[in-house]
Amino acid sequence: MSGMILPGADGALYPRDRSWHPPANTPGYKSTTFRAPKHALLSLPGTASEQTGPSFGHSSINALDNDLIRNFSQDGAEAIGQRLIVYGQVLDENARAVPNTLVEFWQANAGGRYRHKREAYLAPLDPNFGGCGRALTDANGFYSFRTVKPGAYPWPNGGNDWRPAHIHFSVFGHAFAQRLITQMYFEGDPMIWQCPIVGSIPDKAAIDQLIARLDRHNTTPMDALAYRFDIVLRGRRSTMFENRLEGN
Amino acid sequence: MLHPVPTLKETPSQTAGPYVHIGLTPNFAEIKGVYPTDPGISMLTADTVGERIVVSGRIVDGAGAPVGDAVVECWQADADGSYAAPMGPNSNSAPAFTGWGRQPVNADGVFSFETIKPGPVPGPDGRPMAPHLALWIVARGINTGLQTRLYFEDEAEANAADFVLNKIPDPRRRATLIARKEDGPVPGYMLEIQLQGERETVFFDV
Repeated sequence: MSGMILPGADGALYPRDRSWHPPANTPGYKSTTFRAPKHALLSLPGTASEQTGPSFGHSSINALDNDLIRNFSQDGAEAIGQRLIVYGQVLDENARAVPNTLVEFWQANAGGRYRHKREAYLAPLDPNFGGCGRALTDANGFYSFRTVKPGAYPWPNGGNDWRPAHIHFSVFGHAFAQRLITQMYFEGDPMIWQCPIVGSIPDKAAIDQLIARLDRHNTTPMDALAYRFDIVLRGRRSTMFENRLEGN
Repeated sequence: MLHPVPTLKETPSQTAGPYVHIGLTPNFAEIKGVYPTDPGISMLTADTVGERIVVSGRIVDGAGAPVGDAVVECWQADADGSYAAPMGPNSNSAPAFTGWGRQPVNADGVFSFETIKPGPVPGPDGRPMAPHLALWIVARGINTGLQTRLYFEDEAEANAADFVLNKIPDPRRRATLIARKEDGPVPGYMLEIQLQGERETVFFDV
């Protein structure tokens, strides 16, 4: 990496629209109270440290990494629950596909129980469900995985708060400043609109971007329903890396 | 050249939540057998060139309590000040040093990376930036991952000339990004990271 990267220069990332993302302190989600910085963020012109990022090779991905129905299987048994294919395209703000980028996902089982030592919800663990997976996007930016639909679960926030069914996503892109963690929700779930974590996002149109759509055309008949969830990462100006396939 | 107006909005961020370890560090979360090792947990290979160091941090919240459930990622240059070249789409050969690490904190909010001291990277003003690691922190109660940097106490001259540190007008706030040197068999650096309060760490919009 060499040369200068100025804010308006080719290759610079578009500034993040912080009014579209949730603010740091959202009192309805109580954990933010002491974990939200009170000083304003310091705006920086992107430097090489933010405009570059790690890349991952196909050798780091195992065949079952994107199959949560079978990647924690004990003795060949499959996870219990409504079988799903979740897929989508990773794009940038210029609507260009983001190929060869790592997408990670994690979730509770069909009963809303996470496999985590700090989780004490009474719904039982599924012995054949771990809850983690990952995939690299293909040349057109598409990822997909197989899983079971996660259940809603209660959490100690308000007196009777329940998370809607959701799957957590982590996406890399090709710059450290594109790094994103978010959550995917399911079309038609009435709990979406009652959740303080969802409600940390001020704009209804932004929330709508986190709701996966039922996709009957990509279901596997007699096997699994499909949901589509596209992900948009920050875009950049023009062509910094002309020899790279990824949108830049 | 004219640039098009962006046509799509970025997917909004959400908190990583308290069970972030399931997805990012499953072996640490005692989910064994899915991934051979947790991604980014080890940064060094036998072929990594550079001075071995341990970079640690301790994260506390606005009430002074340790943030015991965070995951921290770092991104840094190699000893020559270069960021790892991207692998080709069909390449399976990882470089000797990828520059990327990921660690969960312990119950005291402490994380560490066994890594190498990065070399200086050119800054936007054309002059070298002081050696640094870019850090990204996610946890329950953090709605959007926090970006900051870690600099080294024993690089005082380079720090004084650093483009980013000099963007911080208050020298006391600048000091929140400088890790103190600790002696040991391998040189160690420790940074106190305060999410909120008296000595709040500087976080960036990058």
